[in-house]
Order: sequence, then C-alpha cells, then structure tokens
Amino acid sequence: MSGTYLGMPAFPEAAAVSTQNAQLRANLSHATRTIRDKRAAAVAELTDWPELRQSGREIKDHTLRHLDRYLLQLEEAVTAAGGTVHWAADAEEANRIVADLVKATGEREVVKVKSMATQEIGLNEALAAEGITAYETDLAELIVQLADDRPSHILVPAIHRNRTEIRDIFADRMATWGRPAPEDLTDSPAHLAEAARLHLREKFLRAKVAVSGANFMIADTGTLVVVESEGNGRMCLTLPETLISVVGIEKVLPTWNDLEVFLQLLPRSSTAERMNPYTSLWTGTTAGDGPRHFHLVLLDNGRTDTLADEVGRQALRCIRCSACLNVCPVYERAGGHAYGSVYPGPIGAILTPQLRGTASEVDASLPYASTLCGACYDACPVAIDIPEVLVHLRERVAEQGTGHRAERAALRAATWLLDHPAAYTAATRAAVGTRRLHPRRLPLPGPAKAWSDTRDLPAMPEQTFRDWWKKNRGEGKTAR
Amino acid sequence: MSSSRERVLARIRAALADVPATEDRPVHRDYLPTHIPEDRPGLLAVLAENLADYRAVVHRGTEADLPELIARLLGERGSTSVAVPADLPAAWLGAVTGVRVVTDSPAVTPGDLDAVGTVITGCALAVAETGTIVLDAGPAQGRRLLTLVPDHHVCVVRGDQVVASLPRALPLLDPTRPQTWISGPSATSDIELDRVEGVHGPRCLEVVLIE
Repeated sequence: MSGTYLGMPAFPEAAAVSTQNAQLRANLSHATRTIRDKRAAAVAELTDWPELRQSGREIKDHTLRHLDRYLLQLEEAVTAAGGTVHWAADAEEANRIVADLVKATGEREVVKVKSMATQEIGLNEALAAEGITAYETDLAELIVQLADDRPSHILVPAIHRNRTEIRDIFADRMATWGRPAPEDLTDSPAHLAEAARLHLREKFLRAKVAVSGANFMIADTGTLVVVESEGNGRMCLTLPETLISVVGIEKVLPTWNDLEVFLQLLPRSSTAERMNPYTSLWTGTTAGDGPRHFHLVLLDNGRTDTLADEVGRQALRCIRCSACLNVCPVYERAGGHAYGSVYPGPIGAILTPQLRGTASEVDASLPYASTLCGACYDACPVAIDIPEVLVHLRERVAEQGTGHRAERAALRAATWLLDHPAAYTAATRAAVGTRRLHPRRLPLPGPAKAWSDTRDLPAMPEQTFRDWWKKNRGEGKTAR
Repeated sequence: MSSSRERVLARIRAALADVPATEDRPVHRDYLPTHIPEDRPGLLAVLAENLADYRAVVHRGTEADLPELIARLLGERGSTSVAVPADLPAAWLGAVTGVRVVTDSPAVTPGDLDAVGTVITGCALAVAETGTIVLDAGPAQGRRLLTLVPDHHVCVVRGDQVVASLPRALPLLDPTRPQTWISGPSATSDIELDRVEGVHGPRCLEVVLIE
C-alpha cells in the first residue's frame, strides 16, 4: 500500500486520542446505531439470508481458488468488447499506468467515482505530482477532499463529521476547488446536497476523463458493475470520453448470473436498502453511448500475498459493504482514523496487515484492535471469520518478535493452571481471600504496562464460583 | 503482453499451491428464486409499493390513458422542454402541446440536456421485490445520459415487463448492452445518515405502470 497513512501512530495511541473526542464518539455512536437497526430490518425481510450468505461465500471461495483462470477469462472478454486491460503488480505501477493514460488524452483533470482501490494506492496524490487534478464526486468524498481530511468509514467516509462541520467546510473551501457554496448555505442535509450538486455539475459536464473502481467484474461477459446512490457514478461512467477503472483482482465473479447473489447481499448489508438507487453495468465500449475508450487496470498490490495465506485469504471475499464496522464495539468508540488505513474496522484489522505486511508498528498493532467478540463475523454477508484471521495474524506478529511476547507468556501460564485443577482452585480461593487488597489496575512494568494502563480490573466476587456451586447446587441441594 | 501480467499470474499460481488443479467444489444455490407470489396483479402491487417506499411517484393506468397522463405530468412539473428517445411511441406525446421536444441523437450534448426539464422513456424490465427499473439502451430508452442529466424522469413500465426478483431478471438481460438500474430517485445518506433525495441524477422519478 502507499504511504497515504504513513506517519500514523499505532492503533493503541491513535485510539487513546480518538476515544477522548466526545464529538466524534457522539457522531459515531449515532451513525452506527442508526445503520445497525436499519440493516437488521432489511436482512430480516429475506427468509433465505443464510442460504444467500452461504452461496456468496462459496462463489467467492471458488473464484479465489481459481483466480488465474477467471482473470484470464475476464481479460479476454473485456478486450473482445473493446476495452484495454492493464496489469499492475503494485501501487506505484497502477498510478503510473493511470497517469500515463490521462496524459495521453491531453487532459489535466479527471472526475472520480468513490473507490477504495484508488485510495489504497494513493492515486490522487500520485496524479497531483504529475500535474493532474482529481475531483472526488461522491458527496462524502467531496467533504473529505475539501477538508484535506482522510476517510474514516468504508461506506460513509465522512461519518466522523456532523452537519455543522460540513456546512463550514463547504462555505470555507468550495471556492478554491470550483463553484463557491451559496452565500446563505445552512446546515440542513438537503441544502448541503444541493450545494454539492451545483458545485459538481459544471465538472461533470466538462470532464473528458473519469476514474472509477468497480464492485464486481464478470469473467464470462467482461462486464463491470458499480453500485451507488447519488448519480455521481453514472455521471462519471457515462459522460466522459475516456473511462479508467482501477480494480483489485479479487473483485472478479465467474458468471453474469452470480450477480443475483451479490446484488441481494450487498445493498442490504451496506446501506440497508432493498437495492441501491443506481447500479451501472457496462461491457467494454458501446458505439454511440458512453465513453469511447475504456481501460481496466487489474491491481495486485499485496492481494497475492494475502491469497498465499491459507487462513487469511478469506479476507479477499470482502465485498466492502462495511457491515462489520457498524457492529464493532471497538470501531464505534475509536473511529476510523485510528486504524491508520483506508480500510478501517474489523475488515481493516485483517486486510491491511495482510496487504501491507506486519513490519511496521501500525500494521503489527491492527490484529489487536479487537475484543474478538465475533459480531463482525455474524454481520459479514460473505461469512469472513474475522476473529479467526485476527488470532492467526496475532500469532504471526508474535512470531516475528515485534508483538506481544508477554501475551504468549501469560497464555502459557494460564494453560498450565487450567491443566492443574488443584492449583487452579487454590489460586482462585487465594484471589478471593485477598480481594480487599487488590488494586483497580494492574501496575505492570515493561511492555505489559500498555495493556494494563487501558484496562480496569473487574471486582473480585466474595467467593469463587466453585465454592458457590458447592454451597448452593452441590450434593444434597435441589437444583432448580 | 506486459511483464507485470506474467508476474501477477505467477504470484497467484504460487499462492494457490495448496489448491488441487482438478478441484471442483460445488457452489450451493439453495436460496429462493423469488420471495413473492408471481401473479401479475401481485407483482405490480409489490413493485408500486417498493418504488413508492424509495420516494418514486407511481401512477397506474392503461395504454389509452398514457397521452393524457404524460401531458398532465409535464404540466404539473411546469416543464417547457422534454427529451425523448428517437423511437418513443409517437402516441405517448399525442396530448402534449406547447412543449419543446428534444429527440435523442449523437448531436445532443450533456449541456443540451442540462437545459431540458423532463425526460420520458420506457424500460427493459422491472424487478418487483427490489423496486428496480432496468434500462439497457433498448427500445424507447435512448442513450444512458438521456435519463441522467434532466432533473425529472418519467418512466413507462408495461405490466408484462415486471418480474419478481433478481434471479428472474438476470437471465432476461443482455450483458453486452450498457445498463442502468434505477431504484428510486438519486439519494444520499452521507450527512449524518439522513436520507436526502436528489443529488446528481434526476431528483424526481415518476413511474407509470401500464396494467
């Protein structure tokens, strides 16, 4: 991955700052609770949700296990339909391909559809270095771009901003990027959306080049699919003369009919809608309708490393719905920026360290940014076992020696204790007997201090569970 | 062929060294082909309800009602210009008077359409369960930009074009045609997750269901 987020502190430090931000926590708690409730209702409408989820999981696994075959089939179909396919091994190569394609058109600006892949590779910054201006056209991405900020949620990148902050950003910054905000701009969402419409329409109508990602690519037909709500995607995908789509290699599906599974799973999981307002599907180029030139850049950038890990490869099933963020108790309190990556939340905690490796402190900290409560696994529409991958990655971090050696030592001690019942009983009785002397926090030294400093100890009960059981439910007592 | 192509493919094959070359795991498809009964009146009712739920305005009528209805919708909207595909049935505009008609052709630019009040089209099909209308640039639909730039879209759906579900719809669609699937008007929830209708596409979608 690019250096977009380099310089960010590791998760524990970043989270310690963001959890103190009352405004951020209020915004996040309101937003995640709202979407959680709506999503549950949308999913409950489909009685066959478990079967859809199973099919989605199996289709993705099958595709990933034969990824070379499906990418070659896709390349052939896209080429036959009039498109050009490029392969990019890493972020730098993808950025160079896009910059060269834009320069070949003679243009100096592009309009962009919201895309995680282009954020991941730092495309906007790379284009700026070549003198090309990239305009984000999704409302939330526009807010983030105008504020010189970073996205903090997969689906709602400006979830950390409330309406008053957005009003101020529009009023202050729109003029430097194009049409200024109206003089009398209020903080009503409708008024703000109208300001964005006016600001961006002049860009849509003059744009000659657009850059997008894709939600799905269909191997047997060469079709690309973008789902969206606002219509900015349709504007970018149909009005310009040249369209460049940068898409991760894991986004391919074998057949056209597979869309019947994923277009049921994705909208309900992400925006809690039966279907998102707009879905655009195109296959190469069409004479007289839409872009005359279509380029598909297939992006690896760490995906093949992820694929090589037999436990971790399931992260590549991800369809970027963001359901796992909205149910995560850690994300709800720490916010998206604390994850130091364009992929925040539970999926980010397993995807980012696999795409980037665990060499840096930020990436090594991410597998620990979880309580392992499992809510993310339950919510995931393609059944990615995020807790399983988190634990697997913690092992990897621990093995490389940069991780939590103390955790391994503690687990070894606990394992011994649980294997020796008499010692366990003695230890718990001793703990109860000394309960009034216990500190509220463990004053641990060295590397364990980071752990103990952020956790209050639970109060010890008056007796051990075993003693309570003997007294209340033991032999001679009536179990009720 | 680029060297990166060979590099990425080689990396994929190396990464999948544990997967037997002949592996063919079955994909189970035990999900339902449809969630609703498929009788015609029922399908139309569900489609109308789901479209309305996402803030599209739904009108019901017969083929014979269409000219009067379209004239009335243009009048209510105050549109003085209307864009139409070149093959729109002429009868649909039979009762429209005093309105500038822009007929779709390669010469019509996005800027031209930006000055147009209303666009009228048919569709390829509609999906009742999801409240979705599919346009594929086929008969009575025109180019994709036609239904994108004007602010008011009137879309005519014939009863026999309505199917129950996505599994029913996909086999009927031609992937080689460019497609736009529309489920209600343009909307955003990017500001505090409050849904606002109308950002960049048509802010008003009116659907006419022909029985």
